[in-house]
Amino acid sequence: MKREDIRVCILRVGGTNCDAETQTAFEALGVQAEILHANDVVKRGNLMDYDALVFPGGFSFGDYVRAGAIWAKWLVAKLSKELKAFFDEERPILGICNGFQVLVEAGFLPAFDGITQYPEAALATNHPPGYHCRWVYLKHENRGKCVFTCNIQEGKVLRMPVAHAEGRFLFPKEKEELYLERLYDNDQLVFRYCDKNGNPADGVYPINPNGSFHDIAGICNPEGTVLGLMPHPERAFYWWQQPDWTRQTLMPFYGDGKLIFEGLIEYLEKKF
Amino acid sequence: MTENLYIRRDTPFPFYEINVLQASDQLLLDISRELGLGLNLQEMKALQQYFRRKGRNPTDVELQTFGQTWSEHCFHKTFKGVIKFNGKEIDSLFRTYIMRATREINAKWCFSVFDDNAGIIRFDKNWGIAVKVETHNHPSAIEPFGGAATGVGGVIRDILGVWANPIACTDVLGFGPLDYPYEKLPLGVKHPKYIFMGVVAGIGHYGNNMGIPTVNGAIYFDESYVGNVVVYCGCVGILPLKKFKRNAKPGDVIVLAGGRTGRDGIHGVTFASAELTEKSEEVSRPAVQIANPIEEEKLKRAIIAIRDLELASAITDLGGGGLSSAVGETAKRFNCGAVVYLEKVPLKYPGLAPWEIYISESQERMLLAVPPENLKRVLEIFQSEDVEATVIGEYTGDGVLRIFYMGEKVAEIDVPFLFEPPRAVRIAEYIPPKLEEPEFPEPENLTGVLMRLLASPNIASRENVVRTYDHEVKGNTVLKPLHGEHGGPSDAAVLKPLKDSWSGLAISCGMNPNYGKVDPYWMAASAIDEAIRNNVAVGGRRIALLDNFTWGNPEKPDRLGSLVRACEACYRFAKAFKTPFISGKDSLYNESPAGPVTPTLLITAVGVVPDIRITVSLDVKAPGDSIYLVGKTYHELGGSEYYRLMGFLGKTVPKVRPIQARKTFRAITRAIDLGLVSACHDLSEGGLAVAAAEMAFSGGYGLELDLRLVPAERVQRNDFLLFSESNSRFLVEVPSACEQDFKKLLSGVVHARIGRVTKEARLCVYGLGGNVVVDAAVGELLKAWKSFLGIYGEGL
Repeated sequence: MKREDIRVCILRVGGTNCDAETQTAFEALGVQAEILHANDVVKRGNLMDYDALVFPGGFSFGDYVRAGAIWAKWLVAKLSKELKAFFDEERPILGICNGFQVLVEAGFLPAFDGITQYPEAALATNHPPGYHCRWVYLKHENRGKCVFTCNIQEGKVLRMPVAHAEGRFLFPKEKEELYLERLYDNDQLVFRYCDKNGNPADGVYPINPNGSFHDIAGICNPEGTVLGLMPHPERAFYWWQQPDWTRQTLMPFYGDGKLIFEGLIEYLEKKF
Repeated sequence: MTENLYIRRDTPFPFYEINVLQASDQLLLDISRELGLGLNLQEMKALQQYFRRKGRNPTDVELQTFGQTWSEHCFHKTFKGVIKFNGKEIDSLFRTYIMRATREINAKWCFSVFDDNAGIIRFDKNWGIAVKVETHNHPSAIEPFGGAATGVGGVIRDILGVWANPIACTDVLGFGPLDYPYEKLPLGVKHPKYIFMGVVAGIGHYGNNMGIPTVNGAIYFDESYVGNVVVYCGCVGILPLKKFKRNAKPGDVIVLAGGRTGRDGIHGVTFASAELTEKSEEVSRPAVQIANPIEEEKLKRAIIAIRDLELASAITDLGGGGLSSAVGETAKRFNCGAVVYLEKVPLKYPGLAPWEIYISESQERMLLAVPPENLKRVLEIFQSEDVEATVIGEYTGDGVLRIFYMGEKVAEIDVPFLFEPPRAVRIAEYIPPKLEEPEFPEPENLTGVLMRLLASPNIASRENVVRTYDHEVKGNTVLKPLHGEHGGPSDAAVLKPLKDSWSGLAISCGMNPNYGKVDPYWMAASAIDEAIRNNVAVGGRRIALLDNFTWGNPEKPDRLGSLVRACEACYRFAKAFKTPFISGKDSLYNESPAGPVTPTLLITAVGVVPDIRITVSLDVKAPGDSIYLVGKTYHELGGSEYYRLMGFLGKTVPKVRPIQARKTFRAITRAIDLGLVSACHDLSEGGLAVAAAEMAFSGGYGLELDLRLVPAERVQRNDFLLFSESNSRFLVEVPSACEQDFKKLLSGVVHARIGRVTKEARLCVYGLGGNVVVDAAVGELLKAWKSFLGIYGEGL
């Protein structure tokens, strides 16, 4: 499909707060991006009018239970049919920060054998605890399955900010090794926290900002069409958003975050 | 309880008439105390006369309405009253000093100042910037988390209250020393560490949840803050000037939107207008509101949608005084009366008396005036955001406020009278403290002194606090509070608020409470200079100021005297710098069993950066570049962090020399515009040595400086040159290719090349004798700087 025909749905509820900058990123790349209140999408039943779906960052419904949990249950209750169709048709779904938490809570990730009724992973409270806002380095670990990053070289180091209190990716303790193996086997691992040179953080704070298992920052489903990540690509879109742009004499116009949005768009251009 | 004074009316709800007409002076005071009105005898007698004219007794709703509206918090009696000082009479501090500076500067870019919840300046042709800074000291002393969170929530609503979309928050905090001995804490005072943790968490909670970046701030530690925590919360918003509507008229309906009303925040303003006592905790806990940032986030979306469609004729927030303030003030502003039906107000739980509904300060509520033909659309918009909105009354044409509850008229007040409290007349006196300049030999190990200064509470890195605030959400933060890899302390934050414009906004602050112990006049002057120079250092100009006063009990002449001194300086220096005040707020009565607060004036500066691509950060960029010191160093160490470290206060605080300072600021701005500057940092706490260390470790290179080259007047000691806090000074990195132009540009401004950037990451300073007086690895300096809150951060 043609780029200008692509319609991205950026979904929001009360407490979502990164929708505007996510829209800016998509629009800068020449696609149509609309911010829709989830209530409206339910009322109009028009989710399938869109080619891609984004769950942006924020504190959906205040995240009062567990980050993302309330919105996830809300989605299951009110939109599960459309979401499943969206998922099954391999239209891309992106979850950033709170969106990642929602996708995990709703069973869309890691979704080893399709959407699950209960979450198979968790984004637990940071270790060390508390809200942290900082720029981190991410190593791209995907071998080509993830449609959002298939243009990014394996092993490339990207830079983006994180800002969350609940981003510690965890599997159930007893299934940790098994699930990790499956992530690798299915090529579902997308981003891991690393240092400037691409060496794994090995759980060391603040290189790994939240104590995530295996330094995991982002994963996709086995089909590669659903991506969730804690860092914010929309805040690393332009050069002037970088933390040290005043030090650089020659800055590329875009930051690394652009690669992810571009990957999604190119996938749609090719596949549909 | 003086029972025969209170006559219960025969209603199915608690409703009283108060026998004011026959009350003696003593009984009037008893009534004020027992109902928690916070009114003095003069004010109670004015009410007595008013109701005698009306030939009836007031109701509890009426008295409470007066108590709220006439409180220091809502009416600013001290700033608007008459002050007798040094044989002269000052007719309103506010008009004589603050507003006068603005009026005389008469900047055409001031769009709306001192009129509304927030000051508005022009950003460009179509857009305006709204700014407001609030104090939330009293609630934060009782309940740090809730107090600070609702402080942020309140100031964000002030911005919504002028139809602006909030884009950034600021916070400036003052705490007692974190290692304050428990046994010294007076009864009823909470430990600074507990307050610190709660306040920081509260601020992060609200801003982060609402998705508004917290981009600028400061933290000060002082013994006088042990019993009087200082919490300043600021918010900046942006609005299309064309959509700025305020033309409510009789017949417009009053819509209350947002959270429900409960018993939280009853008598918040009267509580904030009195000293804290050891009983404050039990007596005033209900005065602190409960925060729900998600409610406000939804409210914000609806309000911006209503603004864009121009469906409402006026808006205001519900803050101090709750409905009573919001309804009264809008009615007055639009020369209307109003009728309100309190039973329509949605409640959190049943059982509130009408007066409680009317004055409750429950959070996340806004009041809109809506022409009846737009009402349906407005209610639909609120509904689409899952926000409750209710019509509670309407504006009328007769200038009378009428309040009903379940068919019963519970109040009838003439709106003009509500805003004519008897003017306060207060006595002020100022006796300069008897202080001496300390005498002590120059320390041998100045490197060690610098290390200790970097690790001292008022200089050390705030990284562990700042990282708990989201400072990047919205993706507009061009210059972040923590700059670069090592989290260097930026002088100001720069935002790029518009998608299709390179124009930026620089936000900075200045505050020097320690100077106030020597002289509040020069404290105010220094705060203004600091706020402006922080702004100039990153590329800001066309600067507007906000003043926020935290002072002790103004009924005590010495407290008021120092307030007058500070206001005098505000007028003189704002005018000299042509930087108008656009908004402000005072918090008085900051006294606790631990004593009065040290006078604390916060100046917030908001400047414009014509193109964010010229923004300059503080980190040194390239070895070989020259380092210039711009501005003169004086022997001005009174109130300095260096003296504090050595155990002194001193006598000679930094002064501001406005003619020279303006020249310096202009030259720096020119140099930045011409791209001659690759790093710029202001000199403040800790002086030259601390500024140099910060520039070095933020950039990862070394500096080699020579004190013999420092332009100074009568400073003959290395330590004084290193640590003097003289105002209006910058440390500037200039690439060699730009040096000629830079020097030419700065002719007429005191400046000198005092050293260079070195590849080896060491800070090396040659003293007056030509010997090395400071020599340290930059990594060690960074470690010292990051150690202070680091230790507490982990222990917390």
